[in-house]
Amino acid sequence: MTASRGITMEKVSYTVGGRVILCDFDLQLEPGVNRTILGISGVGKTTILKLILGLLKPDSGKITIDGIDIATLAERQLTLARKHIAIVFQGGALFDSMTVGENVGYRLIEAGEIPESEIDAVVREKLGFVGLEQTVDLYPAQLSGGMKKRVAIARALAANPDYIFFDEPTTGLDPIGVYNIQQLMLRLQGEGKTTLMVTHDMPTAFAVSDRFSFISDAKLVFDGTKSELENSSVAAIREFFSPSAASLFHFVEQEDQA
Amino acid sequence: MPARYAERQLFFFLTELQIFSSLTIKAIRRIFARPFYYREFISQLDKIGVGSLFICCLTGLFTGMVMALQALIQLKPFAATSYVGGMVAVTMIKELGPVLSSLMVAGRVGSAVTAELGTMVVTEQVDAMRVEGTDIIKRLVTSRLKAMLIAMPLLAVVTDTVAIGGGYIIAAGYHISPLMYWKSLPQFMKFQDLIEALVKPAFFGFLITMIACHVGLRVFGGAEGVGVAVKRTVVVASVFILVSDFFITKLFIVFR
Repeated sequence: MTASRGITMEKVSYTVGGRVILCDFDLQLEPGVNRTILGISGVGKTTILKLILGLLKPDSGKITIDGIDIATLAERQLTLARKHIAIVFQGGALFDSMTVGENVGYRLIEAGEIPESEIDAVVREKLGFVGLEQTVDLYPAQLSGGMKKRVAIARALAANPDYIFFDEPTTGLDPIGVYNIQQLMLRLQGEGKTTLMVTHDMPTAFAVSDRFSFISDAKLVFDGTKSELENSSVAAIREFFSPSAASLFHFVEQEDQA
Repeated sequence: MPARYAERQLFFFLTELQIFSSLTIKAIRRIFARPFYYREFISQLDKIGVGSLFICCLTGLFTGMVMALQALIQLKPFAATSYVGGMVAVTMIKELGPVLSSLMVAGRVGSAVTAELGTMVVTEQVDAMRVEGTDIIKRLVTSRLKAMLIAMPLLAVVTDTVAIGGGYIIAAGYHISPLMYWKSLPQFMKFQDLIEALVKPAFFGFLITMIACHVGLRVFGGAEGVGVAVKRTVVVASVFILVSDFFITKLFIVFR
């Protein structure tokens, strides 16, 4: 039997401390289809990325990567399943104790499959891709927020993954930083990478995504294109785009803090 | 209500114990497994061993000096001041050296390990490592454990040596001849005491590392969570050092 390509979540449920984050949640990520997951703050968007990566275990349901169910895999087997996926975390998550070059080449060094000289060449190539070749010997603490995110993208690219996840990639960046990230994402897509992004930044979402998924009340309430999203009659989506969404956003934030 | 509170606390304790035991077993099983992360190991050896040298020397010096001072006052009425070196040595080597140096390391290194790992957790660096294919127990826990198991006994030996030297400074001030002081050192000691002097700090080091790593990797709640975790590590590790010291001593007495 040939394994089906892509990432799927089928009837996935996930609860934290009695609070239902996802309930019978379904999602499909086809290769070549760049998707953005939308929803109000605290609804569980980042949780979806972490569930797909096996960083969190679902209470029930099935998560498959290219046909392999990862929900039941041990950590060592998960490493193999994750081989084709990379993630750019919200804050970059660069390793403080390592230089930029070591951060970018980290996965290759860990795998130990190619010689150090080749790793060095890959590191310089990937840093060149994000326009930060000159930072190879610097430490993350010496970089700006935007540079950290670009280095994180270079690190994600180093292992040549098929899928790249972005967790709020433009948060905290100035307009030029946001534009740079958008352009990098479009270039990645041009090179055949499939992107899955979680964001509140609608201009970026519309600039780089083919399809949009909207989560509300622990369920997927919408899946479609930009025009379908804009014309959607789903109450949660209308509220998300309407002025009253601001009050809802603050309410959820306050609830999170409490 | 109190019954429900007690039930919750018991559940919390048993859950923590299970997770701690699981982490400990995994960390031990990885001691001889590849990759060895030499760079991480050397870096930790430097932070734990070399970094703690000064504070352990200081602790040893003043403890040895105060021990000698107290012993001289107590021994003088019996004209037994020549035994002061032996008393300082046996007390430091068997008890105070391992315990005090371990308490210093728990405060200095245990807190730093928890803070470092906790910060890595809240900034998603640990998640990033897992995604990149790293066995985080092997890299973050076992490398620290190996460094501690080597560094801690050596630090205890240094503390003991400096303490005996400190005792000599005080004894010399009381006109005890150097020959008498140094000759009295082995008088109350057996070979088994030297084994005890190495086993105890190694075990305390093991406790410090495992508690610090366990608490650090379970941090949640951002910067505040890291602060709470650091405090917890120092308190729990210190209490466990003192409690386990009693049981190890008892064990050595039984097999004497």
